[in-house]
Amino acid sequence: MANTADSNVTKTVGKLLAVVVGMFAFVFVVMVPLYDVLCEQLGLNGKTGGRYEYVEAGVDSSREIKVQFVASNNEGMPWEFRPTVTMIKVNPGAATDTVFYAKNPQPENMVAQAVPSISPSRAAEYFHKTECFCFNQQPLAGGEETEMALQFIVDQDLPADIKTITLSYTLFDVTDRVDSDAVVSR
Amino acid sequence: MAHGPAKGLSRWLLTTNHKDIGTLYLWFSFTMFLLGGFFAMIIRAELFQPGLQLVEPEFFNQMTTMHGLVMVFGAIMPSFVGLANWMIPMMIGAPDMALPRMNNWSFWILPPTFLMLASTLFMEGGAPNFGWTFYAPLSTTYAPSTVTYFIFGVHLMGLSSIMGSINIIATVVNMRAPGMTYMKMPMFVWTWLITAFLLVAVMPVLAGLVTMMLMDVHFGTSFFSAAGGGDPVLFQHIFWFFGHPEVYIIILPGFGVVSQIIPTFSRKPLFGYDSMVYATASIAFLSFIVWAHHMYTVGMPIAGELFFMYATMLIAVPTGVKVFNWITTMWRGSLTFETPMLFAIGFVFLFTIGGFTGVMLALAPADFQYHDSYFVVAHFHYVMVAGAVFSMTAAVYYWLPKWTGKMYNESMGKAQFWVSFVGFNLTFFPQHFVGLAGMPRRIPDYALQFTDFNMMSSIGAFIYGASQLFFLFNVIRTIIAGEPVNRDKVWEGAEGLEWTVSSPPPYHTFTTPPPVK
Repeated sequence: MANTADSNVTKTVGKLLAVVVGMFAFVFVVMVPLYDVLCEQLGLNGKTGGRYEYVEAGVDSSREIKVQFVASNNEGMPWEFRPTVTMIKVNPGAATDTVFYAKNPQPENMVAQAVPSISPSRAAEYFHKTECFCFNQQPLAGGEETEMALQFIVDQDLPADIKTITLSYTLFDVTDRVDSDAVVSR
Repeated sequence: MAHGPAKGLSRWLLTTNHKDIGTLYLWFSFTMFLLGGFFAMIIRAELFQPGLQLVEPEFFNQMTTMHGLVMVFGAIMPSFVGLANWMIPMMIGAPDMALPRMNNWSFWILPPTFLMLASTLFMEGGAPNFGWTFYAPLSTTYAPSTVTYFIFGVHLMGLSSIMGSINIIATVVNMRAPGMTYMKMPMFVWTWLITAFLLVAVMPVLAGLVTMMLMDVHFGTSFFSAAGGGDPVLFQHIFWFFGHPEVYIIILPGFGVVSQIIPTFSRKPLFGYDSMVYATASIAFLSFIVWAHHMYTVGMPIAGELFFMYATMLIAVPTGVKVFNWITTMWRGSLTFETPMLFAIGFVFLFTIGGFTGVMLALAPADFQYHDSYFVVAHFHYVMVAGAVFSMTAAVYYWLPKWTGKMYNESMGKAQFWVSFVGFNLTFFPQHFVGLAGMPRRIPDYALQFTDFNMMSSIGAFIYGASQLFFLFNVIRTIIAGEPVNRDKVWEGAEGLEWTVSSPPPYHTFTTPPPVK
């Protein structure tokens, strides 16, 4: 009698411990990756996808979309950072090039990472970047300046009610996260 | 078998007796309740007038944070675990908890944890100051260095809660007396069983969350930092995936307590017992799919806002079932209004107000106005204080004669109820108005037009605070000088196995299972 009761308790505890371990793992192996996948697929938070492979699909010259560029620095980031043109009118399907200007005014070598965001967020899945400086970290030696390239295509399937897309970049200082001297001399 | 408790300090340090551990939990949580209440008094004293009088804004932030953390994790949760320890074995006819040694450990983790958390107040950089919701990046990039103590503290509390709830589930599932089927269990046992499942499911999520914070702060990962490819909004999703079930973890045992007390003083069985069980289970299930209603303003797509809005409003249905069942239990009962009944009725009335403001907050279009305002503060204090704390107070008055074998003074109990009731409403009702008028939460200063309502709030808070000292006095006076009750069934309308043992109960009860009708 006492022995069966004990072994039942052990079984219950074993199952519950499995739930505890499972839920702890669930956070890391399900919630975090799932969040990223969902955000990219649905364009939530204006998150954009990675590099887009260009497919020839023709240009929709019947409408023009205004694409606005915004550049801002994260708190404490000293770089000069701005788009060279603030607005371009594009036809959906046409690949368009533009550049952003960046300068490191500090004497030290630094490394930056740009993080893009699209507004309205519904447009994010129709905004494809075939080339973007945000795919890589940008190292700059002290006092150095550069122009950073962006090539994008607005998808032909962009909903008709979206006339303007704003692409915003925030520049983060990631010098502490990487070995900046090694990156600059590369 | 029938030996009594050991003597001296080692009785309490080494005890594996569920009654001793219940007592320890209850006294510990009351201590934490007074500490968290002291922090609240500092907050209300600063907010008595506009402008900065007493404390620096940084210290004010530490007070709001510590008040929330201590009250949620130190006062309310352990108090109900204490109640579960005391009552569940006696209610289901078990000799003790299923895992008595682990029970000892899950209690004794708590005092050092909260000592450590409180000690951050005296450290350089100060205590955690990022709010009890500790949103990243406030709690990562901009956190004081004491955040590491906070993270370790949360890990330990989580460990204690998980062990406590595994123990409760193992006890309820395996140790019921023969004949005590699931659908004969007292409502308090049912609500705690469901609460324990919620705890086992979400405390590991909280542990995972603070582990990610730890890695972001110390080991260079970027779960919540956009610079490294992470996202601070992810923090809010994980936090509220834990946080919303947590709200029900706090309130469900209170539902159970009220479901025991109202039938006793109505001298009628609980109306709709089965529907109560199913309603509790429904609330627990729904709590997992509504988390994002705490974050309507982060920029969700409209489909998401609608889903979380409708799912949240759906919770009003099982909650309504419970409220109507309590009212119907009282309907045409032979009502008497002893102190536990007053607190239970106060609970039903005030919790329903908190529930209604909850439905208002669930409305996504309206929530943009209410978000992070004092309206939210008023809402969750109606469900936390008038919900959890009132039901806990009711439980103490209800079972204190059973625990101690002595009767509290009825007039003093009733006096405490009315002072608490008036103090509570004076504190929190005006906060609805200042919130709707635009006063944000978590600020040490405010615009002049909010002065009158804030003064009322502060005066109410001092009254409510004093009523808790009066409560402490009542309890101690009962233990020292209460009238002996000398009967098993303290309340004439009470039903259940705990009323078949003497008052106070012997150190070991139900070493042979009792007959269950």
